[in-house]
Amino acid sequence: MKAVKFAVIVGASALVLAACGSKPTTSSSSSTSGAAGGSATTSSSKAFTACMVLDTGGVDDRSFNQSSYAGLTTAATANPAIKPSYVSSNSQNDYAPNLTAEVNKGCSTIIAVGGLMGDAVKAAAAANPNQHFAEVDASSSGANVYGMEYNTAQGGFLGGYLAAGMTKTGKVGTWGGLNIPPVTIYMDGFYEGVQYYNRTKGKNVQVLGWNESNQKGGTFSQSFTDQNKGKTISAAQVQQGADIVFPVAGGAGLGAGAVAQSSGGKVMVIWVDTDGCESAAQYCPYFLTSVTKGITDSVDKYVTAAASGAFPTGNYIGTLQNGGTGLAPFHTFDSKVPATLKSELDQVKADIISGKITITSPSQPK
Amino acid sequence: MTEVAAPTSALPEPGGPDPAAPVRRRRALGDNTIVVTLLAFVAAMVVGAILIAFSDPATRSASAYFFSAPMDTLRAAASAIGRGYAALFEGAVFNPTTAARGTVAGIFGPISETLVSATPLILGGLSVGLAFRAGLFNIGGQGQIVAGATCAGYVGFAWHLPVVIHLVVAIVAGMVGGGLWGALAGWLKARTGAHEVITTIMLNYVAVNMLGFLLSVKGFQRPPYGQAISNVVDANARLPHLLGSSLRVNAGLFLALLAAYAIHWLLTRSVLGFEFRAVGANQNAARTAGMSVERSYTRVMLIAGVLSGLAGVTQILGTNSAITGDIDAGIGFDAITVALLGRANAGGTVLAGLLFGALRAGGVQMQSSTGTPIDVVSVVQALIVLFIAAPALVRFLFRLHGSGAGAGQGLAKGWNG
Repeated sequence: MKAVKFAVIVGASALVLAACGSKPTTSSSSSTSGAAGGSATTSSSKAFTACMVLDTGGVDDRSFNQSSYAGLTTAATANPAIKPSYVSSNSQNDYAPNLTAEVNKGCSTIIAVGGLMGDAVKAAAAANPNQHFAEVDASSSGANVYGMEYNTAQGGFLGGYLAAGMTKTGKVGTWGGLNIPPVTIYMDGFYEGVQYYNRTKGKNVQVLGWNESNQKGGTFSQSFTDQNKGKTISAAQVQQGADIVFPVAGGAGLGAGAVAQSSGGKVMVIWVDTDGCESAAQYCPYFLTSVTKGITDSVDKYVTAAASGAFPTGNYIGTLQNGGTGLAPFHTFDSKVPATLKSELDQVKADIISGKITITSPSQPK
Repeated sequence: MTEVAAPTSALPEPGGPDPAAPVRRRRALGDNTIVVTLLAFVAAMVVGAILIAFSDPATRSASAYFFSAPMDTLRAAASAIGRGYAALFEGAVFNPTTAARGTVAGIFGPISETLVSATPLILGGLSVGLAFRAGLFNIGGQGQIVAGATCAGYVGFAWHLPVVIHLVVAIVAGMVGGGLWGALAGWLKARTGAHEVITTIMLNYVAVNMLGFLLSVKGFQRPPYGQAISNVVDANARLPHLLGSSLRVNAGLFLALLAAYAIHWLLTRSVLGFEFRAVGANQNAARTAGMSVERSYTRVMLIAGVLSGLAGVTQILGTNSAITGDIDAGIGFDAITVALLGRANAGGTVLAGLLFGALRAGGVQMQSSTGTPIDVVSVVQALIVLFIAAPALVRFLFRLHGSGAGAGQGLAKGWNG
């Protein structure tokens, strides 16, 4: 009794704070609730329910969960018949039950996020051969599973080449969130890009924080969220002479932005995964460019194609050629990057696509 | 449940023959641990309901014009809460929609998921609870689970032994791994006086980072070395499924129940268990009586480690088939709440593990069918334990009287040990 009274008082007083508006005249709250929940689709036969099972970290992780779900919502904005929804996982124990729950829900397609979910997706796909699946960051594990992988070493290569061409101190730095392949593949590409620049130009630009031939070494923050650690590591690399830093650590990389900000324009940052001027706009003046991973775009394309009835099959590998990885615009640095360097970057890009330049990173998707 | 209803009916009794009777009855209720536990559950579910309502977009948009049409908000909230808790039930106990298909998976799926989630929680809860009884606070469940799962998993995928033998060897390897990890903390306390809270937490970091390293070592990591995931455990070393391959419930459940019985026997019937309890109750008295407090510390942490190691075993040989960095899945810490809710005794821990397993399994369904964040379930779990640790709060909310102290106070002597 008392608890109920107490709860009502708390609830009501909280509502008071935001309750001064008036009822919208046209809306009927019952019809919007179903769409918002993402589950009431029985009424419309044309609805395409696209359900996403996220990896740990939540939908707002500024990393692959967020990029993946953004692809789903982009597709849904363009095609209102697509009804997006997601469930998140708290640990790997949740993968299988989440997939089962989504299968039972009757989703038109289920998009799993993260390579670690591969085993669970494979089992769920085998148990439900008529259910369409897709998986981000993994290769296809069955006829009804569409795999999406990204060779971000190619984008990282361009970033490394650019950094080597832009550095004034002859030293560039990179560091990662964790020593795992989806992270180190960027660092490999960056490292190789710098080496390629040194070879073709006869220069000796050094890379701090990573050496591709020593995959166990390297500098890592052990966190994708701790900005202070990111700041400490970036400041240490600047201290050692680096004037361009490439953090591959999601939100922790924002610490590099803070270091660049306080350096008074001496230090530049290359952002990762998304265009930093959009995802971390506060540090846009310090972002030389960003090495992108086209998760949003490829999920968007998959869902859009699937909703039209043509489920893509097999594997998608994001490359420079198909826009699945690459460099974002230079934004504020557009006028400061020499035109010759820009044309060299175009040439390097063309050479990677044609196979003239081979990238050796062991983390590349096969 | 009749006991729960009692306080409301006992409130107004002005003209009764004995005016002191209701107070006495309410005090008795307030001291009854089962009543307090149930009321804590009810209170936590009420708070959870408020969270569900607030996380519901329809309720939030209706609340923007609360004063012009308050019923809209209340109706939307009631509908969201109803749908949320219905889904929780469907995910944990019985789902009429899937059951209508008539398949085994459709009918027993929810129960299977509840039991799968409950299994490691029971084992972890027993581990923490046993240490409580000897006055130790075992925060090291995570590290012990990781150590157990790593050893069991390694034997599972690197060795190739015949049926049954492989499973037994892998289980024993997991017990040894977890046991050594736990015993290390106990030994450090016995020999050096290092506080077990500190050492177990530090050993968590050691275990987790060691696993992180192993997941990048060839022979442990799965080819083509693209992900931080281990090789797959052999079919011979997997815990057999109990209800066919379509349901995940496995023989790990028997391991948990067996362990619970063994701990019950240990604590109530054996000399060793008596020593543990004596050390937990008053270590000076135990020492005076001729018991070796130090040896008890090492032994109790060894057994606690074995139990957590078994939780790791069910994780890797039962629920998952390959090791990843979060193989402990937060169980090491949830186990503390399970042990508190179960009052550190074996039967209570089994029930608490089942409850939390049901909440976990139901949370998945709730998230999938209503979009309610699964975090609501974690909040409800935490609140249950919070209310139990502060029974005075529960008594205040439900207007009971009582005299006893909180469950946590009796259990957490390790802080002073």
